[in-house]
Amino acid sequence: MRVVKKALVIGGGVAGIQAALDIADGGYQVILVEKTPSIGGHMAQYAEVFPTLDCPQCILTPKMVDVGQHPNITLLTYAEVQKVSGEVGNFQVEILQKARKVDHTKCTGCGTCWQKCPEKIPSEYDAGVADRAAIYIPFAQAVPAKAVIDTEHCRYIKYLDFMESGAEGKKPPQCRICERLCPAGAIYWEQEDEIITEQVGAIVVATGFDLMPVERLPEYADDPDVIDGIQFERILCPGGPTAGVVHRPSDGKTPKEVVFVSCAGSRDPEHGVPHCSRVCCMYLAKQAMLFKHAVHDGQTHIFYIDTRTTGKGYEEFLQRTMAEGTVYLRGKVSRIYRDGDKIKVMGVDTLSGKQVEVSADLVVLGMAMLPSIGSQELADRLGITTNEQGFFTENHIKIDPLESTCPGIYLAGAAQGPKDIPDSVAQGSGAASKVLGLFARSEKTPEGLTVS
Amino acid sequence: MDLSYYPGCTLKTKALNFEDSAIAAMAVLGVNLVELPRWNCCGTVYSMADDDLAHHIAPVRNLVRVAEQGSDRVVTLCSFCYNTLKRADLLMRNSQEKRDTINSFMDDEIDYDGQVEVVHLLEVLRDDVGWEAIGRTVKAPLEGLKVVPYYGCTLTRPQGVAIDSVENPTVLQDLMKVLGATALDFPLATECCGSFEIVSDPDAVVERAYAILGMAQRKGADAIVLSCPLCAHNLGQKQAEVADKYSDFTGMPLVYFTQLLALAVGVSPEVCRFDLSFGGVEALLRERGLIPQRV
Repeated sequence: MRVVKKALVIGGGVAGIQAALDIADGGYQVILVEKTPSIGGHMAQYAEVFPTLDCPQCILTPKMVDVGQHPNITLLTYAEVQKVSGEVGNFQVEILQKARKVDHTKCTGCGTCWQKCPEKIPSEYDAGVADRAAIYIPFAQAVPAKAVIDTEHCRYIKYLDFMESGAEGKKPPQCRICERLCPAGAIYWEQEDEIITEQVGAIVVATGFDLMPVERLPEYADDPDVIDGIQFERILCPGGPTAGVVHRPSDGKTPKEVVFVSCAGSRDPEHGVPHCSRVCCMYLAKQAMLFKHAVHDGQTHIFYIDTRTTGKGYEEFLQRTMAEGTVYLRGKVSRIYRDGDKIKVMGVDTLSGKQVEVSADLVVLGMAMLPSIGSQELADRLGITTNEQGFFTENHIKIDPLESTCPGIYLAGAAQGPKDIPDSVAQGSGAASKVLGLFARSEKTPEGLTVS
Repeated sequence: MDLSYYPGCTLKTKALNFEDSAIAAMAVLGVNLVELPRWNCCGTVYSMADDDLAHHIAPVRNLVRVAEQGSDRVVTLCSFCYNTLKRADLLMRNSQEKRDTINSFMDDEIDYDGQVEVVHLLEVLRDDVGWEAIGRTVKAPLEGLKVVPYYGCTLTRPQGVAIDSVENPTVLQDLMKVLGATALDFPLATECCGSFEIVSDPDAVVERAYAILGMAQRKGADAIVLSCPLCAHNLGQKQAEVADKYSDFTGMPLVYFTQLLALAVGVSPEVCRFDLSFGGVEALLRERGLIPQRV
C-alpha cells in the first residue's frame, strides 16, 4: 500500500502554522484544521512578544496570510477532527465543518454585518475584555477574513429554534439585519454542519494550551480587576480594544499600581499543577515593562518563586525590566481581596523575611498553562496518550520528542508541554521534517516503511 | 440523635455563652449533645515537633474516652479543640510507630487506632442536620442582620483537617443565610487573630485585631460571627485598645454562630448569654428587635 502523501495538521496556532507551511513548502498537500474561525492561536492575542518586543501583527500575520494563500494548504477553520482510523501512511479522518451560516465563496469580509449586528457577546479573542457581535471575524487580521455566525447567540437562530420548539410565549425578534445589509448576499441560513472525509499519511497535533481558569484559585479574588495574563495582553495591545491605553476593567480608570503574580497555579502540587509553565516569568516581566512604557508614573511589583529566563536574550530582558524599576518580591501571594477602590495583595517577601501587603489598582495573574480544552477527547480519538496534566506524551522525552506514542502522529507546540514562541516554532518545523521524511520514504509494506 | 460532645476548658469558663447556646439549639434540632465523661485538656496546641509524642497523649486520651463511651464520633465546638483532637487522630491513623509508642504509654486505657471520627459542630449542622431542616426549624429569622463570617485559622488548616474549602470556606455564610441573616463577603475570614501570641506579644494581637475588626467595620457588618473562644478573646478583649490606637474603629460586636442559631430556632435569649459576648451584641440585637426590649 502506498503512503498517502498528504498531511493533516490539527491546530492553527504558531506551531501548527509553521508545521503546515514547512510541509507545504516541501511540496506536499496539507490540510490545516482549526476549531476557531481564524488561525493565529494565542500568539495573535499578544501585545508584543519577548525578548525583542515585536508585535505579532508584524511577525505572525505574514505567516497566516501565507497559509491562506499557499496552493498546497487546504485551510479548514471552524472545524474539528471527529474521528480517526487507520495507521501511519494511511489514516482516514472525519472532520466536522461547523455551519458558518455564511457562504465563504461570496463573503468579502467587508465588515458591514459585524458592525450592524445588535448582539454583543464577550469576545474570545479579547479574552472577555471586549465584546464581539454574533456574526464576526475574531480579529481584524483573521485568516480567513470571512464572517461566521455564532449560532448559540444569533437572534434569528434563536427565533428559528423558538418556532421549531413550538413553545408558548413571546417570540424572540427575527432580526436578520446581517442578511438585509450584506452587499454580497452571503448569509446562508440553510447551511448545516458538514462531515468532510480525508485520507492522510501523517498527522501533526498542535492544539496548544489554555490558561487555568482564575476560579481554580479561590484565594485570588473573584474581582474584575484581578485578570489573567492574556487579558492584560489585550489591554496592553496597541491594536486591542483600548488602543493600547491601559484601562482597568472595573471602572475604566488607568491603573497606577499593578501587581503581577507568577506561578499562579503552576509549581503548586497542593492545589494547582506541579509543572512550571515556562513562559510566565518572561511575559510578566514584559508586561511590567510595557505597562511602565504606557503609564510613565506607574508602579509595578512582581511576586515570584524563582525567575526562570533560560532562553536566548531572556535574562538580559529580565535585567532590563528590573533596571526600569519593576520591584521583584520573592515569595508567594496568599490572598488577594478588594478593599474599597484598591486591591490588596497579601504575600511574603522571603528575602527580607517579612509579610508584605501591596496595594494595587490592577492585579495580573500568571495563570498556569494547561492543555487546550478538548485535547483529552482528541487524544482519545487519535489513540495517543497524555501525561497527568493532559499534555500529549512524546515517544521519548529526550531523544524522540516530536513523535507521539502512535507512529505517524507527531507533536508540536504547547500541546506537548508549556512552551514559548521560539520553541513552538522550532517544534513545528521539527514535526514537519518528520512528516517530510516519512513522505520521502513513501512506500509502506507489512514489515514497515520502505523506500519506493 | 445522641452525639458524644467534647467541651474543652474555655467552654466551661469564659465561653459559657458558646456551650449553653449550642446545647439548647441542638436540642431543638433533635441532636442531643452528650458530654464526654472524664474529659481532659485537648492539648491546646498541636505539637509540630516530631519526637514530642507526650504532647499528643492528652488529645488521644480524650479519643479513647469517646471509644469507651461506645461512640465512634465526637463533636467539638471550640476550633482549637477540634484542631488538636483531629490532628492527633490523624497522627494515630497515619503512623504505626507513633501510635504504638503512645498506646504503650497509656497503661490503663484501651488501645487507640483511629476508631473515632472528630467533627466540628458546623459539620454536623451542614452534613447531618442539613441546611434545609435547619431552615424549616427557624422560628425567628435574623432579618436585617448583616454579619461577616470569621473562621480563624484552625477550622480550615492544615488541609487534612479542614472542615471546608481551605482557601474559601463557605459553611458559616451558608448557615447565616439559612438563619435569615445577610452574610457579607469578608476577605479576612481565615486570617489569624494573633492566637496565643496574646500571651507573649499582646501588641501584635492589637494589630491583628485592628486588621480584622477594621475590615469588618468597613464592609458594613453589624457583627462578626465566629467559632473560636480564642478568636473571641483576642478580637473582643483588645477592642478598647484598638479603638484607642485607631480612631476610625468604633467597636464591633462578636457573636458565636451557636448564639444566632439558638436565637433563630426559638431558644430564649437568656440561654444564649449575650451578656458574656464582646462588643455590645445584646444592644445590637435589641435595637434590631431580634430580642425583646428590656422592660
